[in-house]
Amino acid sequence: MTYKANFKVWRGDDTDGGLEDFVVEVNEGEVVLDIIHRLQATDAPDLAVRWNCKAGKCGSCSAEINGMPKLLCMTRMSTFTETETVTVTPLRTFPVIRDLVTDVSFNYEKARAVPSFEPPADLKPGEYRMQQIDVERSQEFRKCIECYLCQNTCHAVRDHEENKTSFSGPRFLMRIAELDMHPLDTRDRKREAQEEHGLGFCNITKCCTEVCPEHIKITDNALIPLKERVVDRKYDPLVWLGSKISRRK
Amino acid sequence: METYEYDVVVIGAGGAGLRAAIEARAQGKSVAIICKSLFGKAHTVMAEGGAAAAMGNVNSHDNWQVHFRDTMRGGKFLNHFRMAELHAKEAPDRVWELETWGALFDRTKDGKISQRNFGGHEYPRLAHVGDRTGLELIRTMQQAVVSYQQKDAVEHGAYDARIKVFAEHTVTRLLKRDGKIAGAFGYRREDGEFVLFKAPAVVLATGGIGKSFKVTSNSWEYTGDGHALALLAGATLVNMEFIQFHPTGMVWPPSVKGLLVTESVRGDGGVLRNSEGKRFMFDYVPDVFRKQYAETEEEADRWYTDPDNNRRPPELLPRDEVARSINSEVKAGRGTPHGGVFLDIASRKTPEFIRKRLPSMYHQFKELADVDITAEPMEVGPTCHYVMGGVEVDPDTGAATVPGLFAAGEVSGGMHGSNRLGGNSLSDLLVFGRRAGLGAAEYVDSLGTGRPEVDEADVAAAEAEALAPLERGAGGGAESPYALHSELQQTNNDLVGIIRKEAEIEQALAALAELAPRLDKVGAVGGRKFNPGWHLAMDLRNMLVVSECVAKAALERQESRGGHTRDDYTEMSPTWRQVNLVCSIAPDGSVALKHQPVPTIRPDLLALFDVSELKKYMTEPELVAGGVLAEAGAAPAAVVVAEPTVVAEPEIVPVVETATVVETETETVVEDKADGEVETVTETVTDTETVISQDKEGDS
Repeated sequence: MTYKANFKVWRGDDTDGGLEDFVVEVNEGEVVLDIIHRLQATDAPDLAVRWNCKAGKCGSCSAEINGMPKLLCMTRMSTFTETETVTVTPLRTFPVIRDLVTDVSFNYEKARAVPSFEPPADLKPGEYRMQQIDVERSQEFRKCIECYLCQNTCHAVRDHEENKTSFSGPRFLMRIAELDMHPLDTRDRKREAQEEHGLGFCNITKCCTEVCPEHIKITDNALIPLKERVVDRKYDPLVWLGSKISRRK
Repeated sequence: METYEYDVVVIGAGGAGLRAAIEARAQGKSVAIICKSLFGKAHTVMAEGGAAAAMGNVNSHDNWQVHFRDTMRGGKFLNHFRMAELHAKEAPDRVWELETWGALFDRTKDGKISQRNFGGHEYPRLAHVGDRTGLELIRTMQQAVVSYQQKDAVEHGAYDARIKVFAEHTVTRLLKRDGKIAGAFGYRREDGEFVLFKAPAVVLATGGIGKSFKVTSNSWEYTGDGHALALLAGATLVNMEFIQFHPTGMVWPPSVKGLLVTESVRGDGGVLRNSEGKRFMFDYVPDVFRKQYAETEEEADRWYTDPDNNRRPPELLPRDEVARSINSEVKAGRGTPHGGVFLDIASRKTPEFIRKRLPSMYHQFKELADVDITAEPMEVGPTCHYVMGGVEVDPDTGAATVPGLFAAGEVSGGMHGSNRLGGNSLSDLLVFGRRAGLGAAEYVDSLGTGRPEVDEADVAAAEAEALAPLERGAGGGAESPYALHSELQQTNNDLVGIIRKEAEIEQALAALAELAPRLDKVGAVGGRKFNPGWHLAMDLRNMLVVSECVAKAALERQESRGGHTRDDYTEMSPTWRQVNLVCSIAPDGSVALKHQPVPTIRPDLLALFDVSELKKYMTEPELVAGGVLAEAGAAPAAVVVAEPTVVAEPEIVPVVETATVVETETETVVEDKADGEVETVTETVTDTETVISQDKEGDS
């Protein structure tokens, strides 16, 4: 089952770089990350790549394989033919540091801009009561492994650097939705979702959902419901009145 | 070189590190979190099962005393009793606190945190979120750190004013002045720049050592950094011989070798077969277990539906037995092509059953291995999972023997004794992460203004050490870090693995001695910018010294206990139970080993156990001294006994005790229906299971 595969790997840094050709051994059952590791052990000991768990659970080894945003550890070599050239490039939306490693600090800045969970002031630790059915909506979003493939693929920023300041991307709009749907969060997050995190940039093309390795229905379950909540809040006078006389969202 | 000043530097951003950092910040200290990977990627995210805490939400009989007992039994009474006590008492508060930071655990019907059964835990005790509890802990604490940063941005004008995350930074040396911690030296992966942290207190929370072994469930970061940093700074490591090998890790395909296969596969009917198709476990039932385990496949198969009238399948023997048996089959030439055995559930259960009961296993094999476990068997073998040993600390404060140095989580030792119970790791890192953060903050306060100054000569030496592999480059005689790493992993795997014997451990020590001078020749090419070859070259020092500790302690301990199995000393010895093996660095740079008494268990804690159980672990004089046993042979009138009803039985020392427990597991299965609605099915499964009380352990 062992064969020699043709690989093109982007190598370089923030100043310069390009695709480099490698012919590398592939064994049965291997994933693209195994091949990258083999290149490190043989031809390119300084080839830069991020990885941690190699089990699809940490979201470190995000890259683009033949142009598709993927986790290197979750892409099996058996999905390619033996004659096919496999091209591995860094995430396009973020600045390159070196080789396959990009500067993803954009995501950490956006994470920091989302106001934290605000529990009811009168509830002590151990007194929290929530029903399973109510926590499940937010739990789906908390499966997120922060691989940032959705952030990378979203067309609102992928080729529009200028939108990065006003758009937080699917991952963090989903984070707002998660908090908004948290049964005990007391903060009204609708206005800031729209005005500070750029929910309006999303025109529900579902690209984020397509690349999510955790199969989270980002668009259907987080972004669209959040949009609906924003619209309700903005235009419904009864909701507005209700918000003034009750703590419930 | 960039220089920073902080009150407390926390090395490691897994569960223990984040909890320590949060606590130190809550105490008003300025805190740096040094994170080897990106923030939020720590190995803690791999933990599946849950966090053990005796909240009593599912069974109200649970309390800290029961949890304490389970933990001590799991560790075979080698645990530091005070750590086991603090852990059992404080775990519930630590879990509840996570909810105030936004954690969303699975719920009971009355809205409390749900708790699940796990190996070795008498009652349902693990707070969990499906099978991704570790991720929930990390995300929650990551967001708690952010929450502090948001407050600081308002108060001090900058997010990083009081607590800053140094992502993708690695510390290579701790710095001391006059015997006290003065700071830490490291590098930034992105550009290879050196970074100096001046700080009077350092908390180590770097996790484990699994990457020193070829087959491991551990992630890239687990290179024993904290263990080595502590040693090199003059601190001590305890219990390093105890390493937990899980019997069923994936062995094929290579990309997932070592990845954990949950014990539930066997609990739900999966069986182990060799290359001849034989259910070999029937040949490996030890005499002491003969009564509790089925002798025929027919009887074993009946047990799943009628546990009252049949004995359990031998596939459900204690983990060390199963791992040993798999090892023997492979050595005898009856292994699979890839050096494991077959774990077969496909031929025994319907695809629907498998997908419903083992969704994550189905997903794991399907996506990572292209194996459909409903149609074909899995290949499995033992995998290095967790190190019980670590930095010797004061239980209450997490303080190591070096002033200013603290440790928490997997990098610390003592809490789990010779063997960790599943679920006790996530609770461990919460309880002792907080205590270490608190301990560090109090230590900083105690120093007043007299903080130790970093010695510039030490910084220069650390810099030279870090640059050495790059300076050697690929020049003549330079060693490849990847090749050396691979040899080290193979050595540990083959010679200091799950089953150990004197001659093999000696062989390992000889191999490690040969690797040491080669480490000084390891070269890296390609400059300082994000250079994995260079990073590995620096990690190798840590893996090598930790491997020496493991091998030396394993050679010394002439008994089998928990995560240390000796082929040449198969019994567990009450005399050895009184001994902790402690590693330090000798003046010549080698690892020195000394015997140290295991701390004496407080009488009130000893009294929580039945004396007949204690006798299996402890010597009679210990029990007399602990006040739970009358002095044997003394005249009744002369004996001063606290509890006169307890009678000595000096002749009866059974090797194992068995107990039957009934486990009731409520699991919620969520199925997405085609129309997008979510349907929740809650089903209750009752498993009756015989648990070997001396070998209760379990993850996932």
